[in-house]
Amino acid sequence: MTVTELVPYEDALAVYDPVMGLEVHVELGTATKMFCGCSTTLGADANSQTCPTCLGLPGALPVVNATGVESAVRIGLALNCEIAEWCRFARKNYFYPDMPKNFQTSQYDEPIAFNGHLDVQLEDGEVFRVEIERAHMEEDTGKSTHIGGATGRIHGASHSLLDYNRAGIPLIEIVTKPIEGAGERAPEVAKAYVAELRELIKALGVSEARMEMGQMRCDVNLSLRPKGEKTFGTRSETKNVNSLRSVERAARFEIQRHAAVLDAGEKIVQETRHFHEENGSTTSGRVKEEAEDYRYFPEPDLVPVAPSREWVEELRAGLPELPRLRRNRLREEWGISQHEMQSVLNAGAVGLIVATVDAGAPADQARKWWMGELARRANESGTELADLPIGPEDVARVCALVGEGSLNDKLARQTIEGVLDGEGTPDEVVEKRGLKVVSDEGALGTAVDEAIAGNPDIAEKIRGGKVQAAGALVGAVMKATRGQADAARVRELILEKLGVEG
Amino acid sequence: MADLTRLTAAQTAERIANGEVTAVEVAEAHLARIDAVDEKVHAFLHVDRERALAQAREVDEKRARGERLGPLAGVPVAVKDLFTTEGVPTTVGSKILEGWIPPYDATVVRKLKEAGLVILGKTNMDEFAMGSSTENSAYGPSGNPWDLTRIPGGSGGGSSAAISAYEAPLAIGTDTGGSIRQPAAVTGTVGVKPTYGGVSRYGMVAFSSSLDQAGPCARTVLDAALLHAVIAGHDELDSTSIDQPVPDVVTAARNGDVAGLRVGVVKEFRGEGYQAGVLQRVDETVELLRELGAEAAEVSCPSFTKALAAYYLIAPSECSSNLARFDAMRYGLRVGDDGTHSAEEVTALTREEGFGDEVKRRVMLGTYALSSGYYDAYYGSAQKVRTLITRDFERAFGEVDVLVSPTTPTTAFPIGERADDPMAMYLADLCTIPSNLAGNAAMSVPCGLAGEDGLPVGLQIIAPAMADDRLYRVGAALEAAHQARWGHPLLEEAPSL
Repeated sequence: MTVTELVPYEDALAVYDPVMGLEVHVELGTATKMFCGCSTTLGADANSQTCPTCLGLPGALPVVNATGVESAVRIGLALNCEIAEWCRFARKNYFYPDMPKNFQTSQYDEPIAFNGHLDVQLEDGEVFRVEIERAHMEEDTGKSTHIGGATGRIHGASHSLLDYNRAGIPLIEIVTKPIEGAGERAPEVAKAYVAELRELIKALGVSEARMEMGQMRCDVNLSLRPKGEKTFGTRSETKNVNSLRSVERAARFEIQRHAAVLDAGEKIVQETRHFHEENGSTTSGRVKEEAEDYRYFPEPDLVPVAPSREWVEELRAGLPELPRLRRNRLREEWGISQHEMQSVLNAGAVGLIVATVDAGAPADQARKWWMGELARRANESGTELADLPIGPEDVARVCALVGEGSLNDKLARQTIEGVLDGEGTPDEVVEKRGLKVVSDEGALGTAVDEAIAGNPDIAEKIRGGKVQAAGALVGAVMKATRGQADAARVRELILEKLGVEG
Repeated sequence: MADLTRLTAAQTAERIANGEVTAVEVAEAHLARIDAVDEKVHAFLHVDRERALAQAREVDEKRARGERLGPLAGVPVAVKDLFTTEGVPTTVGSKILEGWIPPYDATVVRKLKEAGLVILGKTNMDEFAMGSSTENSAYGPSGNPWDLTRIPGGSGGGSSAAISAYEAPLAIGTDTGGSIRQPAAVTGTVGVKPTYGGVSRYGMVAFSSSLDQAGPCARTVLDAALLHAVIAGHDELDSTSIDQPVPDVVTAARNGDVAGLRVGVVKEFRGEGYQAGVLQRVDETVELLRELGAEAAEVSCPSFTKALAAYYLIAPSECSSNLARFDAMRYGLRVGDDGTHSAEEVTALTREEGFGDEVKRRVMLGTYALSSGYYDAYYGSAQKVRTLITRDFERAFGEVDVLVSPTTPTTAFPIGERADDPMAMYLADLCTIPSNLAGNAAMSVPCGLAGEDGLPVGLQIIAPAMADDRLYRVGAALEAAHQARWGHPLLEEAPSL
């Protein structure tokens, strides 16, 4: 059915209580695929990273990637899950042309990790606990490109191109339990959960989790029930919502759409829906007339996975500090507000600032550069901060030069500009552009003398005790030295020469 | 010079090794035999003359250079058309793979090549190894050299026909429910299903992954052991392959001995449906074992009566998933790709034309058995029966060293007799299926001709998992005692083609 009028968000929430389920697929950053030795590098020529196994050729067999299992266990541990002592892979049987075997090797009723939780912090600092149902291992499918149709979907296409480079890349699917009690904050919780999960995955080093590259993909399942009602309503499943903002928008849209359908006295159809980035809406995909029958059964080509307790404890001991705790620690160390920390997080600058501090810069200086000048430059060029052609070492060096008085703020800015323009390291830029502060006392003295001589009225005022008038002379000296003087030192010299106490 | 095709593999290898004959001469003799008789026998789907001669030449050259060669170097072998062979057609007896040239060798094939065996070609089989007669081959049935109007067993009837017709001294088969042992029994040859995981499945087109097992087919127990030793062993490419030393089957085959051996005769495998002449030969062979110093007693394995039912749920279930990949998208047959059909329609049309009735029947059975709501009742129950069967074996092997039974209830039946009666066909595997379900090791050795029809009878010997050597020790002792009694190998009684 089509809903033309969405219910205003506040009105929907006045009547209904949303329940969400989030399914996130993470592509692991292992060097090889889940069940064969093919490379997982992105961007290679189509079908150049394939073998009999990931092409599903007759006779080929899978072998489990040990690093994939290790990553799955670490993700499970970081999500406070129990780790199965013994579990099997299962075949999920369904047909799709980009799935070489026409079954996906996955896990069914024996996931490697289960019963966990992830605490997520909302923008105002409130912590919301999202319960984790399970995390299991599976393989990615190939990629179809449908040619000739208007929508880019298979229907209406004249032909399709299949690239199996992605087929067999390890995936971890992380499924939440129904998220209840978020109320009007449901979309925010959804976004915060995916954001937190992404940070966690990155901190574990198991994937770059870049949503725009498809390394992390989210399905948003949502239903409404009248407030006070216990039983869940019928859900919709919005597939492949692939940015943090989209997760929030998709949840919000579905709340408004469901409310409209329910208000009209109609029933929600259980179906998959497509999310549209351009306007934040969802449209009907495939109607699930009955629960799809995947005919799961244990994968007979693989032996069970039985992570020993010793190994699991070893992995637990080696887990990094969890992102939320780390963020809170850094926020305190840096002495900034929750809101400021959120900005740093949104800009993707936490790691860069930490690295800059590690390279010797004061935290406030590091944060100032990354969140100021560099954030502006990244924004202008539409790139991520981390992709700018300047690294934490460079920024730390600039901070050091400012600290020792070799650069002032203006010169530091020019130095950074030079590094960004590919002129070399900060020291090389300073050298080439001649940006060093003029600290030659003789040269500076002459400039000060000239400024006094050229502005006798002002000099007289200063001698008369109007110390604040010195600013005009400082400006004249700075102009004469093309900004390459240390303003504080210039002021000292002026006052000294005029015999006034600063 | 004696007919090179009549030699055993061990004899052939010895003559090649000491320079009496060349591998090329041996290969040519077998290719000539194939030319002479295979039109009648139809053991081969593909004869690979050029490559076979090239491999033989390579062996001769290596020998001339004094290089160390394996114990079967230069000996010809036929390979069931279920193993992938790089650059050589692999059809699995099905139309659906017509025209497919695999880009890689199965591990078994790689091992054969590395050991210097000369691959003559690919042998006929029931489509996807589903059948007991080769009548389900999309390319027509093979004949039994004992009587060309009868079946050579199945699914590996091409392999058993090839060795019993002297077209090859050795062949590779696969055994999911008896596809090596039953053809061996009805052609008077030796066939072994090694312990599950004993031989790599990599490159075997899967029928039922938890049951499929490759193994040797030969005319003598020693030949089977020599071939077994070549193909067995752990393979990193097959997760289910066993990472343990291969039992020393060759030494066992050279030292046949049953003195003090405790033999259990499976009580459940006799009675209604068993041919009198088959039971008679089996009973005589049990008596022979006693004469040779073994103790024999009846052992009951009550769950074995449910093995067939469990098998026909588990195997079709796995096959319904394994065969899903044949969708006309990447390889093999493609029907209806004329721009007027959708991808789904092309898949459906291709499967309609490319799969035979038995394959369709099993895919449907398995799809049903795995579907939600029926899974527990069918697939789940079958797995429980599988566990019970395994326990029956464990209990039996607590009391005896090996179990014996007829390999198959009857001798070779006429082509066409059971073609329209799947249940009758399935009964041919009644005695062999339990070992597949439990994953242990089993062999069929000739034990004479049935009185009624003068056709070969096989005795099945079953040993615990990873005790494959025990089969060869018993098989070799029986073979020697039988031949002493008969005065010649049983196969010499077969009519000449």
